Amino acid sequence: MEAKKGALGFKQNTPAERFFNGLVVENPTLVLMIGMCPTLAVTSSAINGIGMGLATTFVLALSNAVISALRKTIPSTVRIPSFIVVIASFVTLVELLMKAYVPALNAALGVYIPLIVVNCIIFGRAEAYASKNGIIPAFFDGIGMGIGFTCAITCIGLVREFIGAGTAFDVQILGEGTVVPGAVGAFLSQYQPVSIFIQQAGAFFVLAFLIAIMNKIKMNMAAKGKDTSKFGQGCCSSAEEAAADKIMADKEAGKEAKG
Amino acid sequence: MAESILSLVGLMITASLVNNVVLSQFLGLCPFLGVSKKTDTALGMGAACIFVITMASLVCSIIYKFILAPLDISYLKTIVFILVIAMLVQFVEMILKKYVVSLYQALGVYLPLITTNCAVLGVALNNVTDGYTILQSTVCGFATAVGFTIAIVILAGLREKMEYNDIPAPFKGMPLVLLTSGLMAIAFTGFSALK
Repeated sequence: MEAKKGALGFKQNTPAERFFNGLVVENPTLVLMIGMCPTLAVTSSAINGIGMGLATTFVLALSNAVISALRKTIPSTVRIPSFIVVIASFVTLVELLMKAYVPALNAALGVYIPLIVVNCIIFGRAEAYASKNGIIPAFFDGIGMGIGFTCAITCIGLVREFIGAGTAFDVQILGEGTVVPGAVGAFLSQYQPVSIFIQQAGAFFVLAFLIAIMNKIKMNMAAKGKDTSKFGQGCCSSAEEAAADKIMADKEAGKEAKG
Repeated sequence: MAESILSLVGLMITASLVNNVVLSQFLGLCPFLGVSKKTDTALGMGAACIFVITMASLVCSIIYKFILAPLDISYLKTIVFILVIAMLVQFVEMILKKYVVSLYQALGVYLPLITTNCAVLGVALNNVTDGYTILQSTVCGFATAVGFTIAIVILAGLREKMEYNDIPAPFKGMPLVLLTSGLMAIAFTGFSALK
């Protein structure tokens, strides 16, 4: 029997397959739509997006490797607290490293660096992949997912920064003080930045349009009869939405039983 | 004394409205988007959050002040706080189930959902960064959770109103909720004048 082919026709569970799976096929932000809190919070500029993305990649790759190495030692009843301790240790490591070497970025990202602990991408990968597979594929799964996350939030950051402040990676392109010379520069300097896009509200708007675009792609794929089961519902909150629905159903059932 | 009470009131207004936890700090977005379909569930979630975040702020700031700071191991705060919060939620659930059955029936179902709420850890860490005392931390935790409740109840009310509106198919569901939250965020920036 032919071995089951993984992402993009690579052999399954090899480092390359895992890397491209995280980057493209199961991109955590754009396809699975998990880890939305940092996606909204730190994407006010592209540089912040890169910093946050790389910090998350570091934690994701190393915690995946360690959890995979310990997968036969940790009893499944206490796996959740054990995973949290491993993840929190790497997050502390990242925090200390960033404080020492990139203090400006650390100050810009603030509380969101320690909050990588509760990022559902990391916990999700630990539970879904690292606790079931070998160390090397788990490590590359972390790298692929992390780089996929980094690319996505850097792009969102770039869009918000470009519209909201007229800059790209802190270089002024549109609006007053543009670096583009000559007549084109004179034309570009007419631009008035839409500052709402770098404020909090802009994050909600950009994400709303992003999810709407993904929904459209999903609908087109479904119309052509392709498999769309991998796509997420639009937030890590889908689990909570299900739980809330269940609460309401229970309540109504209780009411009917009483009546 | 009067002055310190006044400063606490100021702290409460800042923490609940000006720096609203969801709309300006993006913490606790998952329950905000997920549990806001009905006003009842939103209220229940908000009440459970007020309870847990106030307790967690109190316990975490006590641990920080009397254990982490004197031993000079404050770099361990992320690990310690997340474990303390996870245990606290379990513990509160057990106590309520045994002794305060009526409160457990009202809040119990929401408690497991709160462990995944990053607002709890975020508030505890922010209290340490801002150098608040134990009293200030508790008040700040309480006010932050009240801010969360205000935001989630408003959003739930809006979602109930919009449920049967005719909107383009790709925008149905999450995108519409996000657009609504964006408009709410704009409205809440108006509170920054209160600072």
